Order: sequence, then structure tokens, then C-alpha cells
Amino acid sequence: MPNEIIKRSHDAHVSGNGHGHDEHEHHQTFWTKYVFSQDHKMISKQFLITAILMALLAMSMSTIFRLQLAWPDKHFPFLETVLGKWAKDGRLDPSMYLALITIHGTIMVFFVLTGGLSGTFSNLLIPFQCGARDMASGFLNMLSYWFFFASCTVMCASLFLTTGPASAGWTVYPPLSALPQAIPGSGAGMTLWLVSMVLFIGSALLGGINYVVTVINLRTKGMKMTRLPLTIWAFTITAILGILSFPVLFAAALLLLFDRSFGTSFYLSDIHIGGVPLEHVGGSPILYQHLFWFLGHPEVYIVLLPALGLASEVISTMSRKPIFGYKAMIGSMLVIAFLSFVVWGHHMFITGMNPFLGSVFVFTTLLVAIPSAVKVFNYIATLWKANIVMSPAILFAIGLVSFFISGGLTGIILGDSALDINIHDTYFVVAHFHIVMGSSAIFGMFAGIYHWFPRMYGRMMNKKAGYLHFWLTFLSVYGVFFPMHFIGLAGVPRRYYANTSYEGFSGIININELITMFALLGAFAQLIFIANFFYSIWRGKRAVQNPWKSNTIEWTAPVEHLHGNWPGEIPTVHRWAYDYSKPGHSDDFIPQTTPYSETVSSNLPGEE
Amino acid sequence: MSQAHAATATASTEEVWGGGHSPFNVRWGKLYMWIFLISDAFTFSSLLVAYGTLRHRFSEIWPTPGEVFTHFPFIHHHVPLAYVGLMTFILIMSSVTMVLAVDAGHQMNKKGVKLWLGLTIVGGLMFLGSQAWEWYHFIHGSEGGSYYLADGRLARTDDLEPGVLKFHGGGMVEGAEAQVLIATATKHVHGANLIGNEYGATPLFGDFFFFITGFHGFHVFSGVVINTIVLIVVSRGFLERKKDYELVEKVGLYWHFVDLVWVFVFTFFYLV
Repeated sequence: MPNEIIKRSHDAHVSGNGHGHDEHEHHQTFWTKYVFSQDHKMISKQFLITAILMALLAMSMSTIFRLQLAWPDKHFPFLETVLGKWAKDGRLDPSMYLALITIHGTIMVFFVLTGGLSGTFSNLLIPFQCGARDMASGFLNMLSYWFFFASCTVMCASLFLTTGPASAGWTVYPPLSALPQAIPGSGAGMTLWLVSMVLFIGSALLGGINYVVTVINLRTKGMKMTRLPLTIWAFTITAILGILSFPVLFAAALLLLFDRSFGTSFYLSDIHIGGVPLEHVGGSPILYQHLFWFLGHPEVYIVLLPALGLASEVISTMSRKPIFGYKAMIGSMLVIAFLSFVVWGHHMFITGMNPFLGSVFVFTTLLVAIPSAVKVFNYIATLWKANIVMSPAILFAIGLVSFFISGGLTGIILGDSALDINIHDTYFVVAHFHIVMGSSAIFGMFAGIYHWFPRMYGRMMNKKAGYLHFWLTFLSVYGVFFPMHFIGLAGVPRRYYANTSYEGFSGIININELITMFALLGAFAQLIFIANFFYSIWRGKRAVQNPWKSNTIEWTAPVEHLHGNWPGEIPTVHRWAYDYSKPGHSDDFIPQTTPYSETVSSNLPGEE
Repeated sequence: MSQAHAATATASTEEVWGGGHSPFNVRWGKLYMWIFLISDAFTFSSLLVAYGTLRHRFSEIWPTPGEVFTHFPFIHHHVPLAYVGLMTFILIMSSVTMVLAVDAGHQMNKKGVKLWLGLTIVGGLMFLGSQAWEWYHFIHGSEGGSYYLADGRLARTDDLEPGVLKFHGGGMVEGAEAQVLIATATKHVHGANLIGNEYGATPLFGDFFFFITGFHGFHVFSGVVINTIVLIVVSRGFLERKKDYELVEKVGLYWHFVDLVWVFVFTFFYLV
């Protein structure tokens, strides 16, 4: 019988052989509890802290190359202290500049906003909000983190090579990335980048398949798909996107590895170096772009959807209102996910693509605006006339909505091939994706961290420091990226070490200085967050069981972490997650575990 | 199992997806394997699409498989595609034995599982051995090799017809005329490697052949290793004591997938 099957796998998680939970906890050593943990709560913390450290690294890199862009003639002696030969006399070396933007992008996109965001919150919330003792497989979950950790280690190790880390941009287009003769960064650094990426894909698949399997198989009694919180829908759809698109990046990376190391010609053709033709003939660098962006575009939504899911939950809870258009939210996420597989060509309008094919990609790209707008209006409608309970989490969630709108609008411009041809590879693109994908996603992640910190660590983060963190970050995001639109429209190309040698760009240097000031302010604001985060882990105010008066069932589990999450039976679910301020009910929230029989005064027709 | 199926069949979809049990009535491991296979299918598809795109671009000079894979052990004629046909037959037979192993598992027949799983492993090893032989001949090439002529065309020799030069898409020269072409040729190529090959005027033919059949071969190799581990587990009686042979079913899914992929590889590399 099906029930038996699930019970068996549940029991397997609950410390097996008849020991009580508490007793089981005692058997844990430091290694099994903190390092080789198979518990989803600990793995989620491992992902979060690793991602925070990686984010700090990538952020420091961005401040360094922002200094270069704002003051290309100045000497910064401390740079030589940090970077050694890569910043002689305190002037950043051009190769290192390229390396920094490459690794900044790689870490932020993959390690922070994919591994960090999904890894943290899918792990924390899928078992908790579905009502499961743990992930379907604790072991594969552990393996997923350790692949992630290994991948981070390899990427960081590449920073110390004498030829420097990968420098061909985070998209690592061949032939630049394929030939060590091209730039120093295409030497061993590029090989390590590819090795790191292969490990990362392993981690993403091990984790992603686990998430999907858990959501399908291990929902508690009564947790229909249409009662799942939107977070879980978002994580599941994200995981499916990853499962279908990362293998394609895997294939692309392996082919590139062969071109680099074993002399094949998949991406290379007709290249002369110093007048001597290389042996590679027949390959196509455009093939790489097709394979890369077949992953690369879904990747944008792998980054964004979890953030949108977290924001839905936070906005509804803190607005004390049901989320507006629950099913429309699910539908629009499904449509976005589907469309994300048929729009990759909009990254490649200027590759010589047939204009007719280009216009097909324009059409599919502009279609994405519809489900995105549905989501935005739903957020706004949820916030509309709400008695918002203020917290750093809701501020960050509202910040996400703001970025999603302003970044989405420029997306419509970029999605149109006629316009894109003019502003392709300029700072306009940089501004667009940093707002809509980078900042939105990181704001969703911050919202999640502030909101679920009590669930993770049993303590509260400091609210005032959270507000300060929000306002400084919000201000500096717009301060950094808003002006970039204009230098992009003026034609300034991205990834250039310095624009000073071009007469036409002489006017932009003061804008670059302004941007860098805001970047430094934003970096400073993150230090407030880091201090708040680590201080609160040990010294924060102790949390109550349900600090936000939330409906979802993760708050019915005790504050202290148990192996198996709930001490007794897993709660049964009787309603959806969004019964906030239901007319006729005495409280302004009704947890999912409350049966309709106990809320007769507020039941709607059809709810017995 | 049949009872459970009947139960789910009569239940409404709401109850099926209502939580508290698996909607597909499978345990997580099997579901995990299915989803992994979908993912892996995307890896192979992207490789085959890449292959198709570049082959299409060079369709003028792409070698005809029937003229490349003509060897058969102990036979000194050209027997196009017979050998790879045999390989394919071996692999498909190993799928049949895998089905029988899974079936024996359902009947809790440990002896049967051991026998059929063992034969599956033998089939896998035979396939890998055949592939090694196939690669050996592909890499080694013909005695005479090929010549890049002064006009850029590629002319192949034929070990069975010495002194003859053959061109892609038909046409041949022999005798003195051939000798002149050979004398003025720019390059003499033997066999195949990742840089170039004697079968066609593009290295991509060899590159994709080595990469995709190699990638598939690695899957078969992994399958053989996993099957061997499962065979040990079965022999030690672990599954018999658990009264649960699902493990065999899971590796069976993987094995069938690898076979199915081969059918596509076989079609696109050898038949088309």
C-alpha cells in the first residue's frame, strides 16, 4: 500500500531502531553534526554560510574593479598588498581586471544566487513546509553540499595560479576561453573554472532531483499541491529548470574542455596566431553560445524564482492578507519556466542569426512580460491597503518588487532585436541584469534570511540594523545601476579596463566616480548585515515558536532543531497557507493545521 | 502491488495528490532515478544536436559511415556496419537479460536474479570489448591511409584494391594518374585522432565519434560497475532478507536508458 511505503521511508529518517529523538542527538559528534550532516536544517545552514563567504569575496572583487573604473589613473597602494604582482604600484593589472569581473560574475550567479539561494531555502523549507521528516535522501543531500563545497574550493584555488583565474567573462565564450595563447586567464585558470563548474553541476543535480522527489512523495497528509505555500512551488519549478538545463551546460563545458586540452575542434576554426594557422578547423564558436544560453537563460529564472517565492510568502504574511491570485502565481511561474527554454536566442541577436529567427526569439521573449506582470500586480494587490507589519524581511521583499519592475522594463527594450543591436554588450545590459536578476534575487534572499532566521537559529536578527541594511542597500543599488543605463545608452561597452583612451567617453568618468561611491556604500552596508547575522546566531534575542504569526507548518515545529523536525506525529494540513485576516475569525491568521470544523464562524461556503 | 494500483485507480486525483503518500505509488529512489535519466537524456540530446548541426554544415565532405566501418574480425572483405550491428545486438540482448533479472526479483528468486544480472554484466563487458576493438580499427585506419590532394580534395586508398584512389561521393582514379596525385599531395593521413582523420576532410567526424561514443561507453562502463556492486549485494542475500528487490529495478532503469541512448547514437552515427 502506498501509505506503508511512505511510512517506511519516514521511519527510516526518524533515527530507526526505536531510539527516541533526543537520545539520537546525543550520539552526534562534531563531525556528524556540523560537517558530514545529513540533516536538511544543518545542510541549509552550510549552504548559507558558504554562500555568504563567497558573496563577500565576489563583492570585494567588485569594489576593486569599480575603483579602477572610477579612478583609472590613481594608484592604490593597498591593492599591491592584496593582489601583489597583479597590482604593481597600486595600479590594477588589465588581466586581473578581466579576471575579477569574470570571477565576480561566476560566483554571484552560480555560487551565491543558485547554490546559495536554492541550497539554503529549498533545503530549509521543503521538508519543513511540506511536512516531511527530512529530504527524500539525506545522504544525497549531504553529497550535494559537498560537491558545492568542492566546487567553491576549486574556484577559489584558481585565484592563486600564477597565470590568474579564468578571465573570459562569466559566459566564457570560446575562442577567447579556449586558447591559452589568447589571455593569461585562459591557461590553467580556465581549466579549473571548468572543473569547478562540472562539480557545481553535480551539486545542482543531486540537490535539485532531491527537492523534486521530496515535494512529490513526502508531503504530509492533507498537503495537496494546491495547498502548498508558493515558496515550495517556486523551489520545485526552479529545481525542474535546473534538472533540464544544467546537463546542457555540462555538455558545453565538456566539449570546451576537450577543445582546450585534447585538440578537438568543436568550437574552433580558422584561427591564426602570429601568422601561423592552428590545427583546429571546422568548429563553431556560435555552437557554444547556443549550448551555453540554453542553460543560461533558464539559469536567470533559477536565480529569480526562489526569490519570488520567498517574497510571496513574506509579503502575504507581513501584509496579513492572503496572497492575491494564488493560482495565477503558480500558473505564471509555470509559464515563465516554459518560456525560459525558448528565449535563449535573445542573447545572440548579433551573432549573425537569421533575422527571421531573431524575430521569433523577440516574440517569445516579450511573452515573458505577461506572466511577470501578473506576478507584479499580484504583489501590489496583496500589499494594497494592507496593515503591513514592518520587518526587514518585508522591506526587502518590497525592494524586490521594485527591482523586478524597473529591471523588467529595460528587459523589454533589450528583448527587441532592433534595439538590442545598438545596446548589446554595453553598460545598459549590465544595469538591466544587475537590477532584475542580481538585485531582485539577492533582495529575495535577504528577505528569506531575515524572515526564517528564527527558524534556522532559534534567535531573532536585530531589526534596527536590518532596516539600516535595507535602506543603504536599496539606495546604493539604484545609485550604482541607474546611472549605468545612461552610460550604456551613450555606447560605453562593458568589460573594458578603461575608457579613457576614447574621446567620446571623456564625459562619463564622473558618472563612474558616482557609481563607485555608491558601490562602496553598498559594500559597507553588507558589513552591517554580516555583523548582524553572526552576532544574532549567538547573541540574538531568543525566538518564540511562531514569531511572525505565520500559517505555514514550519512554525508548528519546536524552536530547537530535532532530528525529524516534529517530536510526535507530523501535523496534518487542512487548508491553504494564506488564511490571513479571514473575516469572522477572531485571530488574523489561521494555521494550515487548523481544521475547518474549528473555524465555523469564518468558513466560506464550500468549506465544511 | 496490484492491490495498490487498483486503489489508486479508483481514487480521485485529489486524493492521489492529497499528501501523506506517493502520488505515483513509487518510493523516492525510483523517482530519483527517473528524474536523473530525464536530465541525462538532455545531456545526450544536446551532444547529438551539436553533432547534427556541425555535420549538416559539412554534409558535402562528411564521410559515409558505410565506407568507414567496414571491418569484421577474421573476414577480409568489406562488410559495412555488420560489426556495429553485432555490438548493438549484444547490448539489446543485455537489456533482455536485465528485464529477466528484474522479473526474477519480483518473484523473490535470488538464483534467477544472480544468473540474469550476471549475464547482463557479461553483455556489458562484451559491448565494451567490442567498442575497444571498433576504436582500435578506427584509430589505426587503413594500410595506405588518405591523401590531401593539391586541389584540397581528400583521396582514400583501399587496402583491398592497391593503387586505387577513391573520392568522397564516388569516383576513383588508378594507375599512373593516381601516382601523380599522390606525388603532388600535400598531406598523408593515417587513421584517426582528435586532430584529424583519414575518413573525411574534417576533424569533426573523429571528434564527435570519439566524444559521443566515448561518453556513451563511459555510461556503459559505469553501468557495469554498478551492476557488479548490485550483484554482490544480491549474492550476499541483503535484498532477500529485506524481501525487496527494488534496487535491481533501479539499476535496470539505468541500464535500459543506456541501451536506448545507444540506439540513437547508432542511428545518427552509423545509419544516417
